[in-house]
Amino acid sequence: MSAPLINVPARAKRGDVIAIKTLISHEMETGFRYGTNGVLIPRDIITAFRCTYNGEEIFRADFYPAIAANPFLTFYTVATASGTIAFEWTGDNGYSQTASAKIVVG
Amino acid sequence: MMRNANDPTPTRRRILIGAGCVAAAGFPLPFAVRDARATPAAMATAIRQVVGEANVKPGKVKLDLPPLVENGNTVQFTVTVESPMTPASYVKAIHVFNEKNPQPNVISVHLGPRAGRASFTSRTRLADSEKVVAIAELSDGSFWSDSVEVVVTIAACVEDGIP
Repeated sequence: MSAPLINVPARAKRGDVIAIKTLISHEMETGFRYGTNGVLIPRDIITAFRCTYNGEEIFRADFYPAIAANPFLTFYTVATASGTIAFEWTGDNGYSQTASAKIVVG
Repeated sequence: MMRNANDPTPTRRRILIGAGCVAAAGFPLPFAVRDARATPAAMATAIRQVVGEANVKPGKVKLDLPPLVENGNTVQFTVTVESPMTPASYVKAIHVFNEKNPQPNVISVHLGPRAGRASFTSRTRLADSEKVVAIAELSDGSFWSDSVEVVVTIAACVEDGIP
């Protein structure tokens, strides 16, 4: 399992709107496809994504099978204080992955 | 050579495409291919589950999606909502739906005044040429929407097998 790719600006001015980009490696098996043996491949997707800024939730997403493999997200937040922006993905079959990035706000 | 996108009956072309998918997957299957696709009615039901009895008005939302997509397996889209994003007036959630994938839901995102900008980008799969709808829920309880008709030349084939 490779680490998620996170793009958070290292520095920002207080009050700036910053873009956060995330890309995580995952098949996002829909559960609607048949394997070469004719058997339905069970669903295996990431179902939820959550982003917190110094512990406070700033963005949350529910994924469905219609999300393409290797889910990619860009979203925005206001740079309020220096600290940690943390990311968490959870999904089928106990899938869980976390990542975090530091930001300096001056 | 375009068939009517609203016609739910399987056309000869779709049956042939389905047969092609089965053949490509390399296994024999009775010819009655299950039609696992959502319909415009399923999408309407999914939207009702999100908005309840509220009236969904067109406007304020901009769904950016290429009108012609070559590969339905990865289609990037951006939803942007006009909103000051202040504690008094902000976008609570944005939901994206499609008409003809096996399931009508694509993604639901939840945000708040701390987002600063009510916008996000992601990538979807599209199983057919279809309509994609984005609905925004505002803090005052109103719902706004935008939709795009997309033509997909290579669909995310639902009967596809993995190697």
